[in-house]
Amino acid sequence: MKPEPSTFHSRPDGRRRIERATTWIFRAATYLVLLAGGAVLLTIAVKGSRTLFQSEAPFINWSFLTEAPESLYIFEWEGRTLEMGDREFRAFKERNPAAANVEAESYVYSAGGIFPAIAGTLLLVLGSMTIALAVGVSAAVYLNEYARDGRGIRFIRLAILNLAGVPSIVFGLFGFGLFVIFLGWNVSLLAGWFTLAFMVLPVVITASEEALKAVPLGFREGSLALGATKWQTIRRNVLPYALPGILTSSVLGIARVAGETAPIMFTAAYVVRDQLPWQVERLGDFFFQGVMALPYHIYVVSSKIPQNAHTERVQYGTALVFLLLVATIAGTSILLRQHLRKRHSW
Amino acid sequence: MVIADPPLMDSSAPELAGTPPPPAPAERSVVAQIEHLDFFYGTTQALKDVTLDLESRKVTAFIGPSGCGKSTLLRCLNRMNDLIEGARVAGGTVRIHGTNIYDRTVDVIEVRKRVGMVFQKSNPFPKSIYENITYGLRLHGRRDKSRLDAIVEQALRGAALWDEVKDRLHQSGLGLSGGQQQRLCIARAIAVEPEIILMDEPCSALDPVATAKIEELIQELRARFTIVIVTHNMQQAARVSDRTAFFYLGSLVEYADTRDIFTNPAKPQTEAYVSGRFG
Ligand SMILES: Nc1ncnc2c1ncn2[C@@H]1O[C@H](COP(=O)(O)OP(=O)(O)OP(=O)(O)O)[C@@H](O)[C@H]1O
Ligand SMILES: [Mg+2]
Repeated sequence: MKPEPSTFHSRPDGRRRIERATTWIFRAATYLVLLAGGAVLLTIAVKGSRTLFQSEAPFINWSFLTEAPESLYIFEWEGRTLEMGDREFRAFKERNPAAANVEAESYVYSAGGIFPAIAGTLLLVLGSMTIALAVGVSAAVYLNEYARDGRGIRFIRLAILNLAGVPSIVFGLFGFGLFVIFLGWNVSLLAGWFTLAFMVLPVVITASEEALKAVPLGFREGSLALGATKWQTIRRNVLPYALPGILTSSVLGIARVAGETAPIMFTAAYVVRDQLPWQVERLGDFFFQGVMALPYHIYVVSSKIPQNAHTERVQYGTALVFLLLVATIAGTSILLRQHLRKRHSW
Repeated sequence: MVIADPPLMDSSAPELAGTPPPPAPAERSVVAQIEHLDFFYGTTQALKDVTLDLESRKVTAFIGPSGCGKSTLLRCLNRMNDLIEGARVAGGTVRIHGTNIYDRTVDVIEVRKRVGMVFQKSNPFPKSIYENITYGLRLHGRRDKSRLDAIVEQALRGAALWDEVKDRLHQSGLGLSGGQQQRLCIARAIAVEPEIILMDEPCSALDPVATAKIEELIQELRARFTIVIVTHNMQQAARVSDRTAFFYLGSLVEYADTRDIFTNPAKPQTEAYVSGRFG
């Protein structure tokens, strides 16, 4: 077609149709993702709130958050169907001797609460992020501030990038082999901490390097020109300004540490444990105890007990608590970052 | 020409530490001597056989077209080039009071304490004005509050900034205007009492009024410090400096009293440059 000067041709019909179709395909894909994500979150929110919230004051079902899991017993009594947790059921039988041999359906872990799992997850996050940040930030400082670019450093960077893509189950097996078996730590908090820390290290290192790179060169030069050593410069004039960035990106790490099941199922998690983590005789024992953890608990209650109306309570309740916990941790870090940003902005 | 107080080579490092500069003799006295300096970035040579003396309590201007090595030479004087990968001094010496600062025994920290620097892009730290000034002092272990207060005032007065900021010492240094920020950087540099102050195009990002203030300030500072200034502004070089060095393609073409460079240059290249015919 020969273009005529000073007039615009309307686009040929075929091309316009393709244009419209592609727009719709992309739009549909986006909506599909939204729909799927929304459906999952909504189901958990709706079904989980039945466990977590109640209609009368104090509106939150505290016992679910503060008690240990118990077995659920369901039985017929005087023409009614009763549901009771383990302790309540035993007390009931004492009060009503006639009920001693009543036929009861039972489901493990379906009554009571999930407090030990919440505590365990918090401890796992705290310990592993402490280790990951200490090691990760140091490594990032070395790579970004001290190391001279060479083949060795490039290789290390590549290795770190690749490590980020390793499936978490591999970290779980690695932790199991190294910490649990070889170092003889058994299934323990310590083994879980290090396994999870290794898993998020690539994220922490990469994020910290980005944050360090974002600190203007002028801060370093200005400091060095005043006669600061390299370490003084990094400590006083680089790290404080990189911290907000490091924290933000570490949120990603926190969510992963809190959420992954595979790395802890061989290294730190117990299906159920009666004592709480701080109920240990000696301080040293603290590090060498296994703990319950939310993601593992979700795995247990959703795969090891039947799915029905009686068990849904704990299944969806745990999932909702877990989501809220991760959201809270992420939110806190974001607030912290904004606070730090305000104090140190340039 | 008198060379002030040349210590022995091997006793150099401790000598550089903290000792106040010797009182300047009335005649021209040399603080720093650059001799046959060759400098490379990787394989490209940025300085070729540069030889030049810096005189005590004088303002020396480095001029020349872009890329001729002015900044490189300036940064050789406080070893800031050490930070650049692949940058190296391939030959020659940079002596400060007779000590080659590129000697193995010399502590680079001591060099930088005695040779301060003001950068082209003003770089106040995102701290309060007070903390900006005390940064260098704290590095070297000064903690005494009343003493620090006194030094802050002295440094800010020295940089002609005191009256403008005395009520907001604890506010961020980033809240200042561009010209004030650059003077804050000068105050920060003079707070550690260096002997030489290097300025790399300190006014290139400033408006004429702020520039005039800095130039005025340089006039005051020359009574106490030896100043080296890199500038692209011929009028500025003519106004503020006592001596001017003209560089071209990494070589020192001509080094003489500023008056001579601008009115009676010995080399035709210099003449062409200062009269604006090239570069
Ligand atoms: N970090 C570096 N790496 C490699 N080469 C560099 C580096 N810095 C400067 N050079 C080169 O060295 C030469 C001198 O640079 P220098 O910055 O000293 O010039 P200058 O005279 O200060 O220029 P300008 O007036 O533009 O600031 C230039 O050719 C430049 O390209
Ligand atoms: Mg330059």
